[in-house]
Amino acid sequence: MSAPDYPGLDTLALHAGSQPDPATGARATPIYQSASFCFPDSDYAASLFNIERAGHVYSRLSNPTNAVLEERIAALEDGVGAIATASGQAALTLAIMTLMGAGSHIVAAAALYGGSHNLLAYTLPRLGIETTFVDARDPQAFASAIQDNTRLVFAETVGNPGLDVLNIPEVAAVAHKAGLPLMVDSTFTTPYLIKPFEHGADIIMHSATKFLSGHGIVIGGLLVDGGRFDWDASGKFPTLTEPYAGFHNLVFSEEFGPAAFIQRARKEGLRDFGACMSPTTAFHILQGIETLGLRMSRHVENTRSVVEFLAQQEHVSRIGYPELEGHPDQPLAAALLPKGCGAVFSFDLKGGRDAGIAFVDALNLFSHLANVGDAKSLVIHPASTTHHRMDAAALAAGGIGEGTIRLSIGLEDPRDLMADLKQGLRAAGKVAAKQTVTS
Amino acid sequence: MKITIDNNSVYCYTNSRDIDSDKPSIVFIHGSGMDHTVWTLAARHFARHGNNVIAVDLPGHGRSAGAALENIAAMADWLKKVLDALKVEATAVVGHSLGSLIALDFSARYASRARALVMVGTIVPMPVSDAILEACKNNDHSAYDMLTQYGLSKRHQYGGNRSSGIWMVGSSLRLYERSKPGALYHDMNACNEYQCGLERARAVECPVLMVLGSEDRLTPVRGTRPLQEALNHPEVSVLPGAGHTLMMEAPNALLDALHRVL
Repeated sequence: MSAPDYPGLDTLALHAGSQPDPATGARATPIYQSASFCFPDSDYAASLFNIERAGHVYSRLSNPTNAVLEERIAALEDGVGAIATASGQAALTLAIMTLMGAGSHIVAAAALYGGSHNLLAYTLPRLGIETTFVDARDPQAFASAIQDNTRLVFAETVGNPGLDVLNIPEVAAVAHKAGLPLMVDSTFTTPYLIKPFEHGADIIMHSATKFLSGHGIVIGGLLVDGGRFDWDASGKFPTLTEPYAGFHNLVFSEEFGPAAFIQRARKEGLRDFGACMSPTTAFHILQGIETLGLRMSRHVENTRSVVEFLAQQEHVSRIGYPELEGHPDQPLAAALLPKGCGAVFSFDLKGGRDAGIAFVDALNLFSHLANVGDAKSLVIHPASTTHHRMDAAALAAGGIGEGTIRLSIGLEDPRDLMADLKQGLRAAGKVAAKQTVTS
Repeated sequence: MKITIDNNSVYCYTNSRDIDSDKPSIVFIHGSGMDHTVWTLAARHFARHGNNVIAVDLPGHGRSAGAALENIAAMADWLKKVLDALKVEATAVVGHSLGSLIALDFSARYASRARALVMVGTIVPMPVSDAILEACKNNDHSAYDMLTQYGLSKRHQYGGNRSSGIWMVGSSLRLYERSKPGALYHDMNACNEYQCGLERARAVECPVLMVLGSEDRLTPVRGTRPLQEALNHPEVSVLPGAGHTLMMEAPNALLDALHRVL
């Protein structure tokens, strides 16, 4: 007897969590668009409320369509469980609120999505939760920033928008040595490119709006529990290891073992903050995930073509793609991201902000909008949009300059993408030339 | 609740309640390499329904200290000490897999202490393949992989959990990964070497329920005939679609089945 192979990613992306609908035999996962679910009798109802039976009560807490999506991402990430949330931001907030309260502290990478930075830098301090931002490329900086009241280490698998590759094994070791979990945002990488739990991360969050969906038609988030962090041994997480008066003194680590975190997040955070996902949204995300492997492969292939093209252009001063020789994370990317570094990257134009604006405005095929991970190619100028609330120092710490352009490469014919980029580069070149004459 | 047996700390999940001598008691015993958390839903249910529930962590498992015990009889003797310490006289004994053999042995040898026996995911004898034993002996992760994959029905390899958002493969693996080095080997070896099960089954006097998974590949239904014949008219409940890991794969059907004797 030997262990058969586990199903591969492409198979799990199609099947994990779903069974033919028991009521109708429908093969596609149905949209259970119902706020609540009938109880056969009073004792059954009581047993659902008291976590004695498995089932659904109210769609803020759980829903059959969402449950398929949750199980699917947990399977793809090799976690114990997951929760679907209203957005990626909701997933991040849910994780933080599950782990800590006022007086706590977070150590986070400086290179973060602007929305995450807003939450940590401006909103959470009002609730008594402070964050120290550190260089994502320096594991020792994470170690130095940890305080007695630190309760979470947080970073992106590859930073937004500079693609700083997180040394997950080393940062996880730093966090674990201090009795802390490492949470990573794997939105840019998806389980196709990296499985962070295999490298030591403890919690994963996704903005499912991006590559997991691919179609750009819904907003959604996913929070995944790896199930390996020992909350009892850490002793720093009373929400998970001490009686919870809000649920008849339930001790989550005692009753749910490896799934303590995700169960508390559902039983408290989803219940009280209510940032749940619509079942229709879950259905749409499931349709996207079915083709995750195919799409990610093409995203990476197209991105490599575009990066190679841009590297030959005289108006481009820098390209931040970790597969390039000379990129500071090139060896680390080769080790952690052998299938590719994703399809979002930034580059700098000669000519600064004005050249960047001219470039963006000259593009036709690339859509100018605030999103990434769509099947269609996208472009944005981070300093004036997604990261505009960050001051110059924070922008610099995040690797963003005045002329930085962020591209999200889609699934179009790469020849058409390069033709469009040529138009933008011509426009940017004219601006740069004028600046040269003026100076 | 923590008590001390043989100078070692023993953990018993009781739903945060004291043992009440006026209430009926139910003891839950986990399977190889597992811990009390596999019984959380059932224990919570029967606690609310007026029972003392005692979901033990065997020595060297979960929150119990000490070394894992090496044979089924020793485990049954240990269980009697736990019940003595808790001042529980007669109790229903519910066990899964390894736990079902402990429950059987206890019910046969301490007949006055067993008011009902429930054997979940069981077979007697319970041989274990050399490949699994060897992997367990080496504390090799392939043991967890084999037990997880053969422990779930083929259908449940792809999920379909009734508990929202919980991935059964991952949950099973994480529990095995938490087991202390050597514990899983001692458990599996104890199952493999337990040769007096049918004799013990013939000595059981209390009502018996067997709960089996129709798709169980570790303790298949078709192999349970000798045990069914040795027991005195057991009730048998076969849960459709479930494999060996019945508490995860069919929690509601299992609860309904348990109500037949509890």
